[in-house]
Amino acid sequence: MSEVKRITTPLTDEIIEDLKVGDRVLLSGVVYTARDAAHKRMLEEYEKTGKLPFDIEGQVIYYVGPTPPKPGQVIGSAGPTTAYRMDKYTPKLHELGLKATIGKGFRTQPVKEALKKYKAVYFAAYGGTAALLSKHIVDVEIIAYEDLGTEAIRKLTFKDFPVIVANDIYGGDIFQQGQEKYRKINLECSL
Amino acid sequence: MREIDASLITEKVKQLVMDTEYFIPQDFISAIEKAIDKEESPMGQEILKTILDNAKVASEEKVAYCQDTGYPVFFVDVGQDVHIKGGNITDAINEGVRQATKEGYLRASLAYDPVIDRKNTGDNTPALIYYNIVPGDKIKIKFAAKGGGSENQSRQKMLKPADGWEGVKEFVLCCIANAGPNACPPFTVGVGIGGTFDYSTVLAKKALFRHIGERHPDPRIAKLEEELIEEANKLGVGPLGFGGSTTAVDVKIEVAPVHIASLPVAVNIQCHANRHKEIEI
Repeated sequence: MSEVKRITTPLTDEIIEDLKVGDRVLLSGVVYTARDAAHKRMLEEYEKTGKLPFDIEGQVIYYVGPTPPKPGQVIGSAGPTTAYRMDKYTPKLHELGLKATIGKGFRTQPVKEALKKYKAVYFAAYGGTAALLSKHIVDVEIIAYEDLGTEAIRKLTFKDFPVIVANDIYGGDIFQQGQEKYRKINLECSL
Repeated sequence: MREIDASLITEKVKQLVMDTEYFIPQDFISAIEKAIDKEESPMGQEILKTILDNAKVASEEKVAYCQDTGYPVFFVDVGQDVHIKGGNITDAINEGVRQATKEGYLRASLAYDPVIDRKNTGDNTPALIYYNIVPGDKIKIKFAAKGGGSENQSRQKMLKPADGWEGVKEFVLCCIANAGPNACPPFTVGVGIGGTFDYSTVLAKKALFRHIGERHPDPRIAKLEEELIEEANKLGVGPLGFGGSTTAVDVKIEVAPVHIASLPVAVNIQCHANRHKEIEI
């Protein structure tokens, strides 16, 4: 397993070029949350006004809808949600300057193409390990769409938040590569 | 006739929901512990250990195991000699869910309307409740907090009788492979075979409540379960889909009588946030 890279947001082209599939990264700094409902609204508003709720240049979006914090907690449980549901919106956000997303699961081809074209990466966080991951979030502030509740856009501050490079600018895919290595039967599937 | 107060049902359901969200069942924890040594991928082993760490933190700190605290699903067996007083049972259960959501710091994860505006209901109600009238004077309540990520990867298909077991097996394995990293493996897989289109899916969900390692009482079905477990773990999906030999800790089959023209099969995928629990009142 590769050594751990410590990086801080915002991200630059140089940082992205250095990240390869399978790299373990401890991410620190500001990260924004958005999931299904926030993406839909954000892109609809962008169509009308040409503006996004935050300056996206060099930024990172974490696909998460946290639980409410218990007294004494900064944030409740906060693990990644499935990323492909945001794929309809992701290429546009990369075009506008977004440098990374954090989620779980596969991305579709248009997103992989956008990563290459706009120099960005997709990080995977360990899905379902939400109680542990929340300990790496040290500050939280709702900055837009408060009416969406858990789906509001939050500005988080990460401290050594553990992620893995799942798709890089060189076309690698950690899930495909990993599964091929351990696959013992092949299926022709049509669901 | 035994009288049960609706407020008692609310109180019990509230506790049931909170306990389920914080404490992952011991049978699942043991299955993960056993899987660590057998897992071929070093990264897979590390992920399985992380899953155990997460379960430990959630139970010690009484916080939600996963931020997706799920769709509340209940199977309620009501004894025919029970009389519920002081309110109706559905309201009582929903009130329990509402109180658990607020007092247990759970995420509100239900949208009232699926396509018009998808406005959040704010309190995880209305719960999905399946009732069954049974002999006796007790109420048995089974609860599952069903996460959206794994529910999204669940499938149903109307096969032909000629497809037989081979067709069923291929469909189940394809569902598991397709669910992959999106649905947070290691999975528990519920398979419903037979009944009608809709009933097959209910059977698949019911199957998820059985204990890990518990085989179907019919040895012929039990053998099919074992076959599916073995094959599923050859797919290479592995812990969280990063590749490995632990894809499904268990596969459960439930069957029901079926129309002579039909072979319905439903596959309900359960992620590693294997949250279910039952109580009896």
